[in-house]
Amino acid sequence: MKIAVCVKQIPDPATPYQLDPTTHWVIRPPDQVMDDTDRYGVEVALQLKEASEGEVVLVSMGPAGNMQGIRQALAMGADKAVIIDDAELKGSGALSTAKVLAAAIKREGADLVIAGTESSDGYTGVVPQQISELLDVPALTFARKFEKTETGIRIERQTQSGYDVVECGLPALISVTAGVVEPRYPTFKGIMQAKQKPVDQLTVSDLGLDGDSVGGSGSGQDITEVSPVPSRQAGQVIEDDGEGHLRIVELLEQAKVV
Amino acid sequence: MATWVFSEEVDGGPTTTALELLTKARSLDGEVAAIYLGEGSDETFAALGDHGATTVYHIAATDTLAAAGIAAALESLIAGGSPRIILFGLGNTDRDVVGRLSARLDRPVLANAVDISASGPVAVTSEILGGTTKVVTEVRAEAPALVIARPKAFPAEPSGGAAPTVIPVELPDRGHAGEARITSRHAESSEGPDLEAAAIVVSGGRGLGGADKFPMIEELATLLGGAVGATRAVVDSGWVPYSMQVGQTGKTVKPGVYIACGISGAMQHLVGMKDSGTIIAINKDPEAPIFGVADLGIVGDVHSVVPALIEALKTKS
Repeated sequence: MKIAVCVKQIPDPATPYQLDPTTHWVIRPPDQVMDDTDRYGVEVALQLKEASEGEVVLVSMGPAGNMQGIRQALAMGADKAVIIDDAELKGSGALSTAKVLAAAIKREGADLVIAGTESSDGYTGVVPQQISELLDVPALTFARKFEKTETGIRIERQTQSGYDVVECGLPALISVTAGVVEPRYPTFKGIMQAKQKPVDQLTVSDLGLDGDSVGGSGSGQDITEVSPVPSRQAGQVIEDDGEGHLRIVELLEQAKVV
Repeated sequence: MATWVFSEEVDGGPTTTALELLTKARSLDGEVAAIYLGEGSDETFAALGDHGATTVYHIAATDTLAAAGIAAALESLIAGGSPRIILFGLGNTDRDVVGRLSARLDRPVLANAVDISASGPVAVTSEILGGTTKVVTEVRAEAPALVIARPKAFPAEPSGGAAPTVIPVELPDRGHAGEARITSRHAESSEGPDLEAAAIVVSGGRGLGGADKFPMIEELATLLGGAVGATRAVVDSGWVPYSMQVGQTGKTVKPGVYIACGISGAMQHLVGMKDSGTIIAINKDPEAPIFGVADLGIVGDVHSVVPALIEALKTKS
């Protein structure tokens, strides 16, 4: 089974994000990390591969930079990576991202596509569904558990009131939540091997996509205004001296809750 | 021209978010219609009408994940009804449908909307970077604009509208793409008041240390007549069900009082509760970001402060 995992390199969430003052797009530094939520998808792919042979290909769109994030995922055990890095893709929205990833996945010919439910920096949260539509395959979304069946895949899908068990045959896409597995840490051997693993770097035209349909021009939207949200007035912070709970009771009384 | 609102049936009726969006839709553009996925009932349709829908496109519940079929059916409906805006909530099925529809129509999705304007080009206000920055995005693409709104961005107000015209919608066969079969459904009931509607919410975070410490959060919530919430780290660890998650990927709450116990205040969590009336936080770490939004912050051990609070409240009652 060939498994494609969508991963994204994002600026380190520990450092404040910068927006370009003209385009209002996030400035992407050369040092980017793998989006933490993608580690779950990579782990699911590795577990499926270990259970039934196969290949795990990472598919990523965005500035390659020094590929620190991609190497992190390769070090976990993925076999190779395809990264689409093209100046034309600047300002891409979710749909442009999905078009590029879907084209790269088609080129690889994957049986199963795995993605996180949303990225930690953009969180539009629809890229997996867009990819499934572009590939014309079923999407088992918001998986909190998964298992391989004889002919396909079965998951527990989170719903508003609990979960549904859903299954389908391959080819298919699944989107996974952070609770689905415990991602492994790369071993020293894995980190060393990751340096030798193949990384294909592609452009929009390598994928046969029309440049006007992707990137900022193809996004169909313009950011016209950016402003800070007035932050909430911070209140009083006190050290608990064994009577802290009484202050809470006081405030609850003021709020007429007790 | 029209504005359409998508709603999936939850607990036998439309979601609160759908009623909020119908209310907002009345002020946007032309006729308001609802796209309703579920069993449906006269009562349900009346509620949709009462919030502004004059037409309901009714898609009967199926034993498959219907998003592929719904996206194809909506493409045909859109060609006939020319909506200018279609509004979706943050629900999982909402996201499945709008994602697929966006790819089919080649239209962008504008997500996390907290305001929408249609007086000029359709413009959506959203909060990014953990709710610290507000951006206005104008839609350049042709109609319909596909928008995902955040829950509680708008109040739900009845308009006294009449019962709507209900039009049943058949889903086309999508072949393999439509073959995601639901083999069983499971409800994970949580006791006490509804988290999203509760006047008081008591939430627990990783700082509690383990699932065995969570009952004290439940006890405090019960004493106050409130609902129980949790952070993503807690639901991901399986201490409590996902339905209790408050945050960007969970529920958005705006109770009168929010008590955060052992919660550091990651952006992901703050987005879901920062608009609460009074915020009380208990955490060991004086640097925890939660104290930046709290009206009262207690720097202390949640394992001593919460039990003491429970005892004090018991004595009072």
